[in-house]
Amino acid sequence: MERVPVLKIGDILLVSIQVDMQDQTALALQEDLADRIVATGCHGVIIDITGLDIVDSFVGRMLSSIASISRVLDAETVVVGMRPAVAITLVELGLSLDGIRTALNVERGMELLALARAAEPDDTGFDLGLDLDGFGSPATP
Amino acid sequence: MGLTAEESGRLATLLDTHAEKVTASWADAAAAPLRGRLTRAELLKQVQDLHRAVVESLHDGGFDLTADASAALRATLVDLARSRARHGFSATETTVTVFGLKKALFDVVDVHGGDPQVLIDLLAAHTMIDELGLFAFESYARTREELISDQAEQLLELATPVVKLWEGVVAIPLVGTLDSARAQVVMERLLETLVETSSPYAIIDITGVLAVDTQVAQHILKTVVAARLMGAECIISGIRPQIAQTIVALGIEFGDIATKATLADALRHALRMIEATRKGRVN
Repeated sequence: MERVPVLKIGDILLVSIQVDMQDQTALALQEDLADRIVATGCHGVIIDITGLDIVDSFVGRMLSSIASISRVLDAETVVVGMRPAVAITLVELGLSLDGIRTALNVERGMELLALARAAEPDDTGFDLGLDLDGFGSPATP
Repeated sequence: MGLTAEESGRLATLLDTHAEKVTASWADAAAAPLRGRLTRAELLKQVQDLHRAVVESLHDGGFDLTADASAALRATLVDLARSRARHGFSATETTVTVFGLKKALFDVVDVHGGDPQVLIDLLAAHTMIDELGLFAFESYARTREELISDQAEQLLELATPVVKLWEGVVAIPLVGTLDSARAQVVMERLLETLVETSSPYAIIDITGVLAVDTQVAQHILKTVVAARLMGAECIISGIRPQIAQTIVALGIEFGDIATKATLADALRHALRMIEATRKGRVN
């Protein structure tokens, strides 16, 4: 069975789909990706579908479920490189990729992820020490 | 339907011996309905060409327009029909030129002599001329159809340029009516340009679109959704007051798609969005 490689670039995992997706390949990709997100602690996933000539409801559902899985693990998903012909077909079929962010190419996808990351509240900003200092000490009368 | 060898032989001799007189009165007959739009010299030249071709194909024995022997005659007729069609003459004005031969024949044949053979020959000749006229008419129609389809193709290529307005902003000014075939071309061009220039913003300018009905709106909406799927945002601009009223009257919903009155507004909107993205990245 063919496996889709998952590459780590900085804080981002890059998946470039070059093969026809089958049930097994899709399931393996979902598992691999979930494992890698947990293992690396990445906060962004870019799925490059430049190599896909056909995106049907199966691939659409796969992309949606990958996005949902990633979101549960606190990683944002961006699908990049969709071809014009593919986009037109999806529109004609009335399929929409709900809950998936898209960008024109990998570069734009990385920008989008950086932007989404910057918009989030900074997790290092909380001064946890202050609360902990007062924790357990007798309440001031 | 052709002529027998004897009939065509007699007709050829007749046309040959009175060549000058026949072409002269043929040209006269053809000139009348054209009302001076072709000079007599031009017309005479065309008629002489036709005359020569007719005589040649009659000389080859039994006349048949579909036979190989009549290839030259067919080519002459097609040439005539083509040039007439391209110069804007009507179908009648084209075929009348061929039918002028009937009149010319009357002038050289002794119809009042009482010879029944002459009348039979004349009838056969008329049938042949009818055939030539129909052939010319069909060539004329074919040429016109070619002209129309050529023009439609040119229009398709002409009317859909995608221009790059700014770094990251492309625009497509739509002109004329937007049918399904053109909408498809527009859609593909726009999406391909988005990928090529890696522009996240596209402006669809409909200043030149005469009318927006539900079908046109549907095409534009599809393009916008397809662009979104690819990760680009579309802005619709150039909506004229009248069209805005039509859109509302028809109940067309553009949803969360940005619509602007002018191309300038749309460009400003796109630049502002790009600026916001850039700032967001820096912070």
